[in-house]
Amino acid sequence: MNHTVTRQMKLIFNIFGVFLKIGPSTFGGGYAMIATIEQEIVCKRRWMDEKEMGDMVSVSGSAPGGVAVNCAAFIGYRLGGVLGAVAAVTAITLPTFFIVFLLSFLSVIFKDNAKVEAALKGIHAAVISLIILAAFKMWKSSVLDTATLIIAASAVILLLFTGIHSFYLILGGPIAGIAIVLFKRSKGMFVKTEKEQTEEKRELHFPEYYI
Amino acid sequence: MLWQLFLVFIKVGLISFGGGYAVMTLIQREVAGKGWVEAGEFQEIVSLAGMAPGSIATNTATLIGYSQSGFLGAVAATVGIILPSLIIVIILTASFIRLQNNDLVKSSFYGLRPVVTGLIIYAAIHFGLSGRSESLLSWSMAGTLLICAGCLTLVTKYKVHPFGVILLAAVAGIVIF
Repeated sequence: MNHTVTRQMKLIFNIFGVFLKIGPSTFGGGYAMIATIEQEIVCKRRWMDEKEMGDMVSVSGSAPGGVAVNCAAFIGYRLGGVLGAVAAVTAITLPTFFIVFLLSFLSVIFKDNAKVEAALKGIHAAVISLIILAAFKMWKSSVLDTATLIIAASAVILLLFTGIHSFYLILGGPIAGIAIVLFKRSKGMFVKTEKEQTEEKRELHFPEYYI
Repeated sequence: MLWQLFLVFIKVGLISFGGGYAVMTLIQREVAGKGWVEAGEFQEIVSLAGMAPGSIATNTATLIGYSQSGFLGAVAATVGIILPSLIIVIILTASFIRLQNNDLVKSSFYGLRPVVTGLIIYAAIHFGLSGRSESLLSWSMAGTLLICAGCLTLVTKYKVHPFGVILLAAVAGIVIF
């Protein structure tokens, strides 16, 4: 009994260590991290196989939240139950948490420095460009026909011109999706609900920055 | 206050489909409604959050929590935004639900994905224009557009890593502004 507990603790500790290492390398975030995880978990440690990686991508893509955190939760849970999931998520978040803190302290110290302010302005412009890029990529995999084009356009218009809370949009999207698919099928039309798998697979190994 | 921060970010975490930039719109609405952070300060927070590794949404939560009630506030906000994902992923993994092959789920995501696209587009427009007192034709706006266009070219054409782009943009900012 005592032996299993020690082994369990060791496993949890291992999970924590691996994700602590992956955490700071999630620069570029989300899907870029999947390649790192694949190398660390599948190739190096053989904790999971390729098929489980597929499950992981599917689960972490459909749950709310960032892909990085969701992947950590998935792997942690598969390996060490709830405790493993908590360890993995904590480990992947912790380094970033402290880096954010450090940056925040530095920014307070140099707040009135004109050069730092200028640098932050430059970074702001860079962040905008990364958001545009993310929007463009998301557009390619989500706007598949006229119906989805109308949904995307109405979401932007509603956000710009009304004070609507995004919650209603996120609730309305799936309802509209189900309604449109049912309607189109009743008319005997074929609906492509997602981009082809092959394209999605290729996209995964491409550094993305929207999670 | 801590409890309130925790609750707000639990709410954001629960509906943070699409992660990252789509969530920025959620956070901005939520925080503006509460009057916690003004537009200019929010922009600064977003710039800092973009500089650190990891999810920009989680980083923003950390910084907002910190600005409201210090270290504990940061912990409350960060745990709040992550907890729903953790629980939902555990439930999905444990129940072996094959989400991707379910027709209803497929249809839902067919409708949800364009909404997430809309949220990201709005985030781009909002962060591009808000908190600016100067007119659209000012030197500052031209500089922002220039850096923005430069970054887009670097990432798409020369495949420069996003972090490299952020560093270069910081240097460009010092030169231009």
